[in-house]
Amino acid sequence: MHPSSMRIKKSVGAMVATEPFWLRALLIGAAYLIIGALILVPIVYVFVQAFAEGWTGYINNLVRDKDTLHSIWLTLSVAPLAVLFNTVLGIAAAWCLTRFKFPGRTLLVTLLDVPFAISPVVVGLMFLMLFGMQGFFGPTLQQWGVKIVFAWPGLVLATTFVTLPFVARELIPLMESLGDEEEVAAVSLGANPWQLFWRITLPNIKWGLVYGMIQCNARAIGEFGAVYVISGHIAGETDTMPLRVEKLFQEYNNPGSFAVASLLTLMALGTLLGKYVLELWIARQIASHQSDVEGT
Amino acid sequence: MFLLAGCGSGNAPAPVTTGAAPANATTPENKAPEGAPTNAPAAGKDVELLNVSYDPTRELWKDLNAAYAPVYAKETGGTINIKQSHGGSGPQARAIIDGLEADVATLALWPDTNQLHKKGLIKEGWENALPNRSLPYTSTIVFVVRKGNPKGIKDWPDLVKPDVQIITPNPKTSGNGKMSLLAGWGSVILNGGTEDQAKAYITQLYKQVPILDTGARGATTTFAQKGQGDVHLTWESEAHLEVEEAKGELEIVIPPQSILAEPHIAVVDSNVDRKGTRAAAESYLKFLYTPEGQDIIAKHYYRPTSPEALAKHADRFPQIKIFTITDISKSWDEAQAKFFADGGLFDQIYNK
Repeated sequence: MHPSSMRIKKSVGAMVATEPFWLRALLIGAAYLIIGALILVPIVYVFVQAFAEGWTGYINNLVRDKDTLHSIWLTLSVAPLAVLFNTVLGIAAAWCLTRFKFPGRTLLVTLLDVPFAISPVVVGLMFLMLFGMQGFFGPTLQQWGVKIVFAWPGLVLATTFVTLPFVARELIPLMESLGDEEEVAAVSLGANPWQLFWRITLPNIKWGLVYGMIQCNARAIGEFGAVYVISGHIAGETDTMPLRVEKLFQEYNNPGSFAVASLLTLMALGTLLGKYVLELWIARQIASHQSDVEGT
Repeated sequence: MFLLAGCGSGNAPAPVTTGAAPANATTPENKAPEGAPTNAPAAGKDVELLNVSYDPTRELWKDLNAAYAPVYAKETGGTINIKQSHGGSGPQARAIIDGLEADVATLALWPDTNQLHKKGLIKEGWENALPNRSLPYTSTIVFVVRKGNPKGIKDWPDLVKPDVQIITPNPKTSGNGKMSLLAGWGSVILNGGTEDQAKAYITQLYKQVPILDTGARGATTTFAQKGQGDVHLTWESEAHLEVEEAKGELEIVIPPQSILAEPHIAVVDSNVDRKGTRAAAESYLKFLYTPEGQDIIAKHYYRPTSPEALAKHADRFPQIKIFTITDISKSWDEAQAKFFADGGLFDQIYNK
């Protein structure tokens, strides 16, 4: 999706130049003002609050509080697990939906978007209803000694569900546009399914995949609603970073709360940077690919 | 005792396969209270307990847990790690029922704890399982106003003056919320008002509540940190904490009359028996009744139930006319059905 949008950027730029200067200045100025007021000011405010007690206070708020430290660790393990599951699921779903024609295929594509459509709170409740002690599987799971809700598996499950569409949504249009000629050729030359995937499909989709994973990760780190319902609010056990931010704020620990919030913000900015670098990289790949094509 | 320990380490699923099994397994333990305080915690040397409580007790339990750890270490030679979970009293009870493995439930109101009993998690007679009807402390509902009390709020009738905005949590989910409503109701009924007058008063009161948070602490944040509203109806303990944190921006107003809140504590029988943590859980809750526990309770402005502790900290707790739930309703169950159930009084007045 994004490579094509980048390709048309050039022509759009050419059109803008026909507008009078004052109009351009006005519109661009307004854009900066709005983005500054809506995005930059709150972000700066988070950091100002976080550093209210200076550098040492900031570090202490993050590492001296063992519940906060645990929340950081928990988020840094729950989010990658969710990304991992969704990468596997996303590739499988995209493969299945773009390489095979079967009845109900369109319905399946629509169903993939369900996690985006449902409120995260409902997702949390849904899992609580399924795996809680009042729910369908809860009593059996307890007999087996398996904890899902109010424990980290529930957090992973809820986060995975909420971020399910990211990778698949990125891959489906990409794989559709790529077509299956190369794969058919590989199979006709005797490639087995593993060779087919590792040597043909994966190299073709890798940037789309990484892009999807980055988006999935950003959303997984920030997830609040679903995990709020399913966490049980146990400090030092099931509080992820977003939950910890709320808890510290409610416990009058503003610097602590904003310290965790600033760390979340940094993670988000890091993700954005990763996405930006990736987009540049893809644009360059496309450019060099095009010049290759023109050269031959 | 031995049998339990064996089950815990060896074939763990055995005692929980049927509903009857845990009951059998626990009887020997219950029948031997003389052995419990010393032997039992020693059996599981390092113990982890989960205390599921209501919203504003975070600081109280943090202090109590820190004070109890050395006591436990001295008694048993082991270490104890107590985890805390806080939220609106109703949802917290619900979470325990849904499988949150609380060893002890320290909820705001009797109906919430009794809900655990109704679902079979807590045994019959739980209310008398610990001293003083399982009440280490009581509390009441007071007002917090902005500096200088600009709206002149002194008593319950002042709340419904025009242009007063009230902050209090949702009575459907919060113990604080329920108590605020019942206290307001009682202020009419017990001063010669009729049911209709009480209903009119409560209707007006909730018309002046712009935001209903799910738990007490959420409402505190709304009032104190986000600056919404003119008066905050909250727990006495929460009011003091809030005013201290606000550094002169807020003031407490103690109304001449308010309601008695009884936050019962209970060991969650089905969980401690499955986890083998009964002895530690019981010893933990009994610590609340010791002079040390009662002092910490008083320090956080919860009214200690031991007469000695209350006398010692009398200066912290102004005398006010306190009425109980039975002064305005036959029982908690009846009050729950009348005021807070679906289609009950609160639904009738708030949805209008």
